[in-house]
Amino acid sequence: MSKENQEIQKDFNAYVIGFSLSIILTIIPLVLVLYGMLDKTMLIIAILLAASLQFLVQIYYFMHLKENKNRGYILITLAVGIIIAVTVVGGSAWVMNF
Amino acid sequence: MEYASKNKIKHIEDEHDHDHEHDESSIKTFGFWVFLITDLILFATLFATYTVLRTRYNGGPTGEELFEIPIFVAETFILLTSSFTSGLATLGLKRKNPKIVIGWLIVTAILGLAFIGLEITEFTTLVEEGAAISTSAFLSAFYVLVGTHGIHVSAGIIWMASTIIQIARYGITKDTEHKTYIVTLYWHFLDVVWIFIFTVVYLIGVM
Repeated sequence: MSKENQEIQKDFNAYVIGFSLSIILTIIPLVLVLYGMLDKTMLIIAILLAASLQFLVQIYYFMHLKENKNRGYILITLAVGIIIAVTVVGGSAWVMNF
Repeated sequence: MEYASKNKIKHIEDEHDHDHEHDESSIKTFGFWVFLITDLILFATLFATYTVLRTRYNGGPTGEELFEIPIFVAETFILLTSSFTSGLATLGLKRKNPKIVIGWLIVTAILGLAFIGLEITEFTTLVEEGAAISTSAFLSAFYVLVGTHGIHVSAGIIWMASTIIQIARYGITKDTEHKTYIVTLYWHFLDVVWIFIFTVVYLIGVM
């Protein structure tokens, strides 16, 4: 197998792993919710955790960050974006408790 | 001797050009990531609105009464599979095989159309049941959040179709390769946003 083919095979494996993990991380919260396995607070924490893990899986396996020379800049920008998103959504949810 | 050194210089220049092209493509991709991240913030504001309003039913129907589990589960798996098939299209780019790229992009676009079809059916059923955008604050926030995602997917399908036409016409060139790569990044991003709609809107809604 040539070096290029090996690289393509490696990329293909990464997609299959990412896809399988995503399916598992979709089925787990679905089953938890449908069968009401946990009390409500724990259930919400568990499914949000599954969603966040799937977010990381898709960024790592699908979005080719490793190949990009500017991945450092991308990661910093992404971190800022996530901080803003979490602050806006989390802050809005929190402030409604009062 | 002189010839050899000239050749060497030319070789170095070629390498330099190649590096330069690669840098330019990386910078363009970084620019696209910046767009994706601002789009993420747009969705964050819609998610914030939805979280605040999600129990304001105004005497109208609740999420538990309205959401059909088989439909939103089907939507989720269709979009997830399409994210995977758009990734397979980028493998076709590495193989320099336009047929593989076009084939997987068509599969992805068809899955995208199936997703949009399901969503339109879902929305029209809801409106027929008396759950329109003006019924309650919960439904206003729901339609705006899910609808904005739906508009993004529709735009993605049109964009993908134009990429397919360009590859069919020009083959895999530096430009079409970059364009395909960017449209699949956008598509993966839409799937990431959907994971959170699936979790925050639908799963928490039917709890």
